[in-house]
Amino acid sequence: MACPPRSGAPGPYDLRENPLSTPAIPLLLAAEGDGEFHAPTIADFFPPAIFFEGTPFEFNRIMLVRVIMAVVLLVVFCIAARRAKLVPGRFQNAIEMILDFVRNSIAVEVLGQENGRKYFKLLATIFCTVLVMNIAAVIPFLNIAGTSVIGLPIVLAAWTYVMYLGAGVKAHGVGGFLKNSLFPPGVPPVLYILLVPIEFLQVFILRPATLVIRLLANMVAGHLMLAICFTATSFFLFDSAGAMKLFGAGTFVAGFAFFLFEVFVAALQAYVFAILTAVYLNMSVEAEH
Amino acid sequence: MMTPLNTPTATVLAAETSEPNLLIPHWPDIIWSLVIVVIIGLVFYKYALPKFQAVLDERTAKIEGGIAKAERAQEEAAEALKEYHQQLAEARADAAKTREEARAEGTVIVAEMRSKAQDEASRIVETAHRQIEAERQTAAVSLRTEVGSLATELASKIVGESLQDSARQSRVVDRFLDELEAAGDESRSAQATPVGKEG
Repeated sequence: MACPPRSGAPGPYDLRENPLSTPAIPLLLAAEGDGEFHAPTIADFFPPAIFFEGTPFEFNRIMLVRVIMAVVLLVVFCIAARRAKLVPGRFQNAIEMILDFVRNSIAVEVLGQENGRKYFKLLATIFCTVLVMNIAAVIPFLNIAGTSVIGLPIVLAAWTYVMYLGAGVKAHGVGGFLKNSLFPPGVPPVLYILLVPIEFLQVFILRPATLVIRLLANMVAGHLMLAICFTATSFFLFDSAGAMKLFGAGTFVAGFAFFLFEVFVAALQAYVFAILTAVYLNMSVEAEH
Repeated sequence: MMTPLNTPTATVLAAETSEPNLLIPHWPDIIWSLVIVVIIGLVFYKYALPKFQAVLDERTAKIEGGIAKAERAQEEAAEALKEYHQQLAEARADAAKTREEARAEGTVIVAEMRSKAQDEASRIVETAHRQIEAERQTAAVSLRTEVGSLATELASKIVGESLQDSARQSRVVDRFLDELEAAGDESRSAQATPVGKEG
């Protein structure tokens, strides 16, 4: 199976016939015939539509990956929940470990006992969603993170945004929340000329924007690094001659290292997203910050 | 539509002219993401997480219940031990009391016996006294009768002899007394036998 050309005029997309074909792995299996090295580009993140093309419901490979991962997540959790027993088995223990981690290390740690319990569902949902969508980046045949296209990070960040603004307004009222957020206490009044715009930017624009961009950039970069390593391996092994093939071993090792690193980044970014959500909630709910 | 990938022509153009911007969201991307997040959120909020929370709470309750039960059992054991100690102390106290009572009773019995013996002794002494008194009276009665007869005899003897000189006089008196003495001895030995039997 040939991979789509990545630069120049796009030819007919083979991806359209097999939505599960990926830019990276197939290159390992089958070399491109032209003997040239094609670096992965961000076109990977904008694959052609599979169906509903041209409508707002245009469905492409990234959406398919998201749907698959969502189904996997829901099936795993529903099975675990339905079989949940007082004395947990190994499977239930693993799921509970994740939930315990969210509750103890994120929710209760940041928000305290009462609020931590209150927002546990939100944090657990966000953490698990981000985690599975991220982990798709290293799953063979998916090979791309559901969060590496901006839509999903935006939706998740918007949820966090609405929740922390809502929590602040609920706790202090609109005026109280604005006063708490924009007028940090213990500052000379003159400085408010400077601080209020900064705080406004911070609370209403930078927090959600950084949530989106941090996650997106990490997953995009991870995918590109993995794809470069494996396309390079493929190129060296199959398209280069003689001693050049040895470079393939080096790039493969690097690819494997990036694979492990990507697993780590996937979990780390899920943790970062969830803990920042908790922190923002806490800043909104707290009397003074 | 702002999305450059909406039509094949647009795709081609976008790919040819410039690469798509990663930071610009496309509607299908957002819509599908929203659908997925809403579905995941609904299932998590309505089913999976409540179920897990229920199980976790139940487990916590069970563990706490177990701890409370163990504490209760410990308390009960402590209570039983206390009770046992108390009973032991009571039993010891009872034994001591019984011993004390027995000793007191013994003392009382001894005292009673002693007083009874005393009574008996005093009764015997009294009986002896009474006996002696009776004998004395008997003796006095018999003495009185004898004294009369003796006096009469003596008087007749005195009258029978002339009592001129004192030598004679004293002889007569001595003789009388000797006789009297002999008579007294006789009567005493006659009465001594029953007294000796009683004594």
